[in-house]
Amino acid sequence: MNESILTLILLVPLAGAILVALAPDRARLPNWIALLTALVSFGLTLHLPAHFALAKTGFQFEINRPWIENPAIFYHVGVDGLSLWLVVLTGLLAPIGVIASWNTIQERRKIYFALFLVQQTAMFGVFISLDLMLYYAFWELSLVPMAILISMYGRKDGPKAAVKFFLFTFIPSAPLLVAILWLYAQKNTGSFDFVTLQHAIASGSLPAGPLCWAAFAFLFAFAVKVPVFPLHGWLADTFSEAPVALAMIVAGKLGLYSMLRFHVGLFPEQARALAPYLIALAVIGVLYGACLALVQRDFWRLIAFAAVSHLSLIVLGIYGFTFTGWDGGVYQTLNHSIVEAALFVLLGALYNRYATSQISSFGGLASKLPQTATLFVIATLAMIGLPMLSGFVGEFLILSSTFTGVSRGWAVAASLGVILGAAYMLWLVQRLFYGPESEFASAKPAFDLRFGELAVLWPLAALFLVMGLAPSFWMPVIEKGVNPPQEKDRLILLTTAPSGSSSMAQPQGEGQK
Amino acid sequence: MNPVPDVLRLLPEVILTLTGVLVMLIDASLPPGWGRRYLGWVAAFGAMFAMWASIWQLRLPEGTGFFSTVETSAFTIFFHVLICGIVLVALLLSLDTLPEDSHHQGEFYALIVFGAVGMCLLTGAVELLLVFIALEISSISTYVLAGYRKETGRGPEAAIKYFLLGSFATAFLLYGVALIFGATGTTQIYEIARLAPAAQNHSMVLVALALILAGIFFKVSAVPFHVWTPDVYEGAPSPVVALLSTAPKAAAFALLLRVVYEAFPSLHAAWSPLLWIVAVLSMTVGNLAALRQENVKRMLAYSSIAHAGYLLAAFAGLGSSGIAAASFYTAAYAAMNVGIFAVITLVSGYDDKLPLVEDFRGLIYRSPLLGSLLIFFLVSLVGIPFTGGFFGKFYSFSAAVGGGAVILAIIGLLNSGLAAAYYLRFALSAAQRPAERKGEAALPVPQVGVAVGAALALAVASTLILGIYPREVLRAAEAGAHTLQAPPPQTSEPPMPADTPVRP
Repeated sequence: MNESILTLILLVPLAGAILVALAPDRARLPNWIALLTALVSFGLTLHLPAHFALAKTGFQFEINRPWIENPAIFYHVGVDGLSLWLVVLTGLLAPIGVIASWNTIQERRKIYFALFLVQQTAMFGVFISLDLMLYYAFWELSLVPMAILISMYGRKDGPKAAVKFFLFTFIPSAPLLVAILWLYAQKNTGSFDFVTLQHAIASGSLPAGPLCWAAFAFLFAFAVKVPVFPLHGWLADTFSEAPVALAMIVAGKLGLYSMLRFHVGLFPEQARALAPYLIALAVIGVLYGACLALVQRDFWRLIAFAAVSHLSLIVLGIYGFTFTGWDGGVYQTLNHSIVEAALFVLLGALYNRYATSQISSFGGLASKLPQTATLFVIATLAMIGLPMLSGFVGEFLILSSTFTGVSRGWAVAASLGVILGAAYMLWLVQRLFYGPESEFASAKPAFDLRFGELAVLWPLAALFLVMGLAPSFWMPVIEKGVNPPQEKDRLILLTTAPSGSSSMAQPQGEGQK
Repeated sequence: MNPVPDVLRLLPEVILTLTGVLVMLIDASLPPGWGRRYLGWVAAFGAMFAMWASIWQLRLPEGTGFFSTVETSAFTIFFHVLICGIVLVALLLSLDTLPEDSHHQGEFYALIVFGAVGMCLLTGAVELLLVFIALEISSISTYVLAGYRKETGRGPEAAIKYFLLGSFATAFLLYGVALIFGATGTTQIYEIARLAPAAQNHSMVLVALALILAGIFFKVSAVPFHVWTPDVYEGAPSPVVALLSTAPKAAAFALLLRVVYEAFPSLHAAWSPLLWIVAVLSMTVGNLAALRQENVKRMLAYSSIAHAGYLLAAFAGLGSSGIAAASFYTAAYAAMNVGIFAVITLVSGYDDKLPLVEDFRGLIYRSPLLGSLLIFFLVSLVGIPFTGGFFGKFYSFSAAVGGGAVILAIIGLLNSGLAAAYYLRFALSAAQRPAERKGEAALPVPQVGVAVGAALALAVASTLILGIYPREVLRAAEAGAHTLQAPPPQTSEPPMPADTPVRP
C-alpha cells in the first residue's frame, strides 16, 4: 500500500475524469461521479499523514521507475514534510470545489467535471514529482484545464482572461525547460532526479555563471505563478472570470511550494544571493496588494489583490532564510488556501444569488442571510490573523522571524500590510453585510446558504479553529520538511551565508510557539 | 545470406499499386448511379495490408534490390508505416465526408492510393532518378486531389498554383540530379557519398546540392519555398489537406535525411548552416504569419510551415540523434495534424461552409466530443506535455542543443511561445459560449460516423502514445537513424552499370 499510494492518488482523479467523460450526461450524474471521486482521492491522501514516519529522513512513499530511456526520465514520486500537508490540502479542496460548482455549472457538466478532475491530477503530480521532467510535465499540464475552463465558464470575457492566464504562465516555463535541460546536460549530473541534482549543485562542480541563470529561470517561472509583485497582472482577471472552484486553487500553493522545493532547495546559494531583492519585492507586494485591495469596487478583484498581499508575505517568509520563516510560510500557505476556499464559496454564493460582484450594490445583508454573514465573518477573521484562528500562526511566525532574523524595517513594513489587511477585509464585511439594506439587495429574494455549502463551510470553520489552536499537531511534519535533523542534509539545504552579508542572519533553529 | 527476391523489397508499393488498380477497375466496371462509397473501404484495407507488409519487411535482411535502387531498412520501414497510417486515416476520413453524390469517387480513392505508392517509393529509393520518378508519382496525384472541388473558384486555383510551382521545384531537383551525375558520374546515393568528396569540380557538387535541397524545401514547405501552402490548403478539400499536410512532407523529410546524411555527409559544413537558416526563417515567418490569419486552414498552413522549421532544427543535431529526432517529430506532427484536420473536416464540411476561427466559436457547446478533440490536438500542437507534440519538440530541440546549436533551440522555444498565442485563440474560441445568432438558423451539429470515428481514434491514440509512452517509436526511429549512418549495406547485385563518367 505504501508503495503504490501516491500512484493511486495520482490516478484516481484521472480515472474519475474518464468515467465522467464516458457516463451519460443525465441529471446530476457527472456531479455525483466527480464528488465521489474527489472524496475517494481525499480519503487516499489521508493515508499519507496516517503512515508518515516522523523518524525517517528523506522522502517517503517513494517510487522510482524508469519512464523514458532517452533522455533518462524517471517516474519518481514521493512526499516529505514539505509536500505532505499540501497533498492533503489538494485532496481536501477537491470535494469543496465540486460542491462549490454544484449549482453554478449548469451546462456541459461532463466537460467541466472531467477537466476539473484532470486539474486535480496535475496538481497532485506537481506536489509529488521528484523528477524534474515529470514535475515540469505536470506543471504544464496544470495550465490546460484551467485555461479551458476559464474560457468556457468566464463571467464576462472568459477567453481574454484565459489567454492572459495561459500566456503569463506558459511563456516563463520555456526558460524553465531550458534550465532543466541544461542541468541534465551537465557532465556530472546526467539526470533529472531532484536528489541527484541537489547533491551535484551542492558539490559546487557546476559552472557558476550558467547556474545562476538556471536558478533565475526557475525563480521567474515560480514567481509568475505565485504571483510576486510585479508579475501579478494575470491574477485579478483570472479571479473575476474563473469558476470559484478553480479560482480557489489557481494561485499560491503551486508556486510557493515550487519556490521552496526547487528554488531554495535546489539552488540555495543563488537563492540566497537574490534574497534581499525578493524580500524587497515581497514587502512591496504586501503593501501594494493591500493598498489596491482597499480601493477595489469589485469583490473578486478585491480578493485578488488581498491574495497578492498575503502571498507576498509568504514569499517574505521563504526568502528570509530562517527555519521559523519556512515553517510559517508552509503553514500560511495551507491556511491561505483554505481561507481562500471558504471566501470563494461564500462570494460565489453571493454572486450566484445577486449576479453582480459590485460591492456597492450590496449592503445590510446580515439580517436576511444570517448564515452567510456569520461564516463570512469567521473566514474574514481567519484571514486577517485573529489569534486562535489559523491565520495568526503563520503570520506571527513569518513576521517574528523577519523581525529577528532579517531586518526590523522590513518586518515593520510588512506588519503595516497586515494591518491594512484587517482594514480592507473588515470594510468589505461592513459594506456587504451591515449598514442600511441596499435597494438592489432588497429587490431580490433572499436565499441563505444551501445544505451543500453549509456542509463545506462549517467543517472549514472548524478547521480554522483547529489550525489556530493546535499548530503543534501540524508543525512537526512541516518542520521535518524544511529543517532536516541531520547536519549533512541541512548543509545541502542551507549553505552558509557568504561572509560579509550583514542583513542575512544565520538560520534560526528555535521554534517560536 | 540468401538473396532476397527483388519484389519483396517493394512489397508495400506493389500492394498499394494493386489496390489502386483494383479500385479503378471496379469503378470503371460499375454501372453509373451505383454507390461507390465502399471503394473507399477497399482502398483502406489496401493501405492496412501495405502497412502490415512494411512491418513484415523487418524480417528481411537490410539491403537493396533492383540493381541497388531500392532499399529496405529500419529507416524505410519507419516511414512506410507512418505514410500508410496517414493514408489510412485520410481514406477513413474521406469515406464519411465525401458527398454521397460526388462523381469520380472511385478516382479519388485511387489517386490517394497512387499518391501513397509514390511517397513510399520516395522513402525507399537510393537512386536519384528513382527518387525523381517517385516524387512525380506522388506529386501528380496530389496536384489532382488539391483541385478536386472544381465547382468552387479556389479549387482550380489551388491545383494550378500547386502544379506550376511544384513542377518548377521538381525541375530544380532534376537539374541538381543532372549536375551530380556530371560531377560524379553516378546517381546512386552510396556511390555519390563515395565519389562526391573526391569530385574534381567541387562547386558543381555544391550547386547540385543546393538545387536538390530547393526541390525538397518546396515539398516540406520551408521558407522561402512556402508561398503555395496557404492557398493550396485553403482551396483543397479538407480530407485532402489532412493527407497533403502530412504524408508528402513525411516522405520529403525522409528524402532530405537521406540526401544530407547519406549522400552528402562530406558536405556537412555546407548544408548545416543552410538548414539552420531555413529552420529559423520557417518557424519565425510561419508563426508571425499565422498570428494574423482568420481562416482556420490558412492558419494551420502557416503553422505547418513553422512546424517544418522546428523539424529542421533537429538537423543541427549530431548524426543519429538528429535523424532520430527528425523522424520522431515527423510522426508526432503527422498524428496531431491529421487529427486536427479530421476535426475541421467534420465541423466545416467538405465544402468549407465554416472556414473562420470565429465560426468555431462555441464548438464545445455544440458538439462536446469534437470540441474536446479540437482542443486536444491544439494543445498537442502547442507542445504541452503528455502529448506527442511535446516530445517531438523536446527531442528536436535537445538534438539541436546536443549539436551545439543552442541559439537555434532558444529561437525555437521562443517561437513555440509565440505559436501558443494563435493556437490558444483558436482553442479558447472553441471553448467559449456560442454567440447569440439572432434570426439565423442554429449551426448544424456535426455527426461522427464509424469511419471518421476510427480515424479520430487512431489520431488521438497515436498522439497520446507518442506523448506518454514514446519509447517504442523512439527506438524505431533510432534504429532507422543507425541504418542511415551505417556504411552502405552489402548489395546482392552489382550497381547499375553507369555510362562512361563525364568529368568536365
